Amino acid sequence: MSDGLPDGVERRPFDGRERLATRGSPVYGEPTDGDWRAWDASRSKLGAMLSRGLDTGLTGGEPVLYLGAAAGTTVSHVADFAGPTYAVEFAPRPTRDLLDAAAPRSNLFPLLKDAREPASYAHVVEPVDAIVQDVATRGQAEVALRNRRFLADDGRLLLAVKARSEDVVADPGDVFERVLEDLRSGYEVLATERLTPTHEDHLAVVATPRTE
Amino acid sequence: MDGTAPSGEGWFGGIDRDDEAAATAAIHDGTADAPDDWPSRAVESGFAADENDYYEILHDATMAATRAAVQEHGRSDVQQLQRVVRAMDDCERVANELAERVAEWAATLFGDAGTGVDYCLGLAERDPDPEQRRVVELARRVRDLDDEATALRRSIERTAPEVAPNLAALAGPVLAARLVSLAGGLETLARKPSGTVQVLGAEEALFAHLRGHAPSPKHGVIYTHEAVRNTHPEDRGSAARALAGKLAIAARADHYTGERRPELDEQLRERVATIRARRDDADEGAEGGADR
Repeated sequence: MSDGLPDGVERRPFDGRERLATRGSPVYGEPTDGDWRAWDASRSKLGAMLSRGLDTGLTGGEPVLYLGAAAGTTVSHVADFAGPTYAVEFAPRPTRDLLDAAAPRSNLFPLLKDAREPASYAHVVEPVDAIVQDVATRGQAEVALRNRRFLADDGRLLLAVKARSEDVVADPGDVFERVLEDLRSGYEVLATERLTPTHEDHLAVVATPRTE
Repeated sequence: MDGTAPSGEGWFGGIDRDDEAAATAAIHDGTADAPDDWPSRAVESGFAADENDYYEILHDATMAATRAAVQEHGRSDVQQLQRVVRAMDDCERVANELAERVAEWAATLFGDAGTGVDYCLGLAERDPDPEQRRVVELARRVRDLDDEATALRRSIERTAPEVAPNLAALAGPVLAARLVSLAGGLETLARKPSGTVQVLGAEEALFAHLRGHAPSPKHGVIYTHEAVRNTHPEDRGSAARALAGKLAIAARADHYTGERRPELDEQLRERVATIRARRDDADEGAEGGADR
């Protein structure tokens, strides 16, 4: 953990280049080396956060709720190093690929649910130490606030804010300010970082629940 | 060990661990206000032997429930869209055919006979003499078909953006539905190269070309798109190629991620503007030459 990476995530050489990697069955045609498979940080916002050395608070082995799992590219890596991993995705089409990623991972639980309606999956999801949120919808702060009920008091929200989902024309900087302001009603923001150039117009946010 | 927690029961409450249908329904339809330590509670209640056992059952149950939900969505959405767009085409085609019949017939009975569906809409409102009655009734059938085609179009405008948000935004809902329908589904459309998307709906012309009788078709149904139709005829091939490229990307985004990518709209606008600007430049150049 000296480099801030959770147990089960390592920097390993692939074709002469150091890349993040986890152990698990391949999902999206990523390069592999024995059990290890490269975690493409240009296709994964959480991968970009870890690779930039952001302190995510992830240790490995903990329960995780992943909102906006899409086709499972990132959540498959999360399930490789985390404990029980609940993957919520709203769109049926990418969920088909998510099912393929989840099939060989006994700790990955796919759920076709709307992240704006946590009551529709609270009967399945247990309290977690980390929420990873990457939803392409307006009201991303609101989604994080509604899902706060799943997060342990000292847990971490790892949020990738997509400026274009909130407002296509507004300046991303203004959009991020607005989202952070909304977020602060329920979370304490610990760190933020723009994910350029791999994820243009995305802001990475690490936050923890506010306890009053 | 009945649950006394304020959040109520977990998904496993009251179901048999081997009853897959019940588990699927519970995960799909169940709710709770707040999460709870479900693994412990499942063990306490005797649903699972231990936590590992619980997670094993949960994995099977979430996989089955999510697979069922995905299949249900996929089947209903895309197939419904295909049926609706075909039904709309049928209604329009039959309305036009009947309108021709009505116009031909009405010309022998009314002094002011016109043509087309619009004429039928007017005729349908009239109070006919006994000898005009049948033709007016026929005009009313045209009106009914026209109403139905409009209702079907509304339905496409509602559902296409849900099934294929990017494609519907770029192509318009009806053209998006046509492309999905012609390709036989969103997945098959997403797998087609843009050159195929460009000539979807122009199969006859394409095969004539492949047999060596004819020039290659410039466009299929995408002809109805503003980017092609409102471009100078000599540049329509370029416009159709640019449009098909973006539509192919949109279909892939819709199928593989389902995420809306608003930047595609802007990219298409820019490409089309560039193609049209070429023509404006050429015209100006020609005028400039004439002046000198």
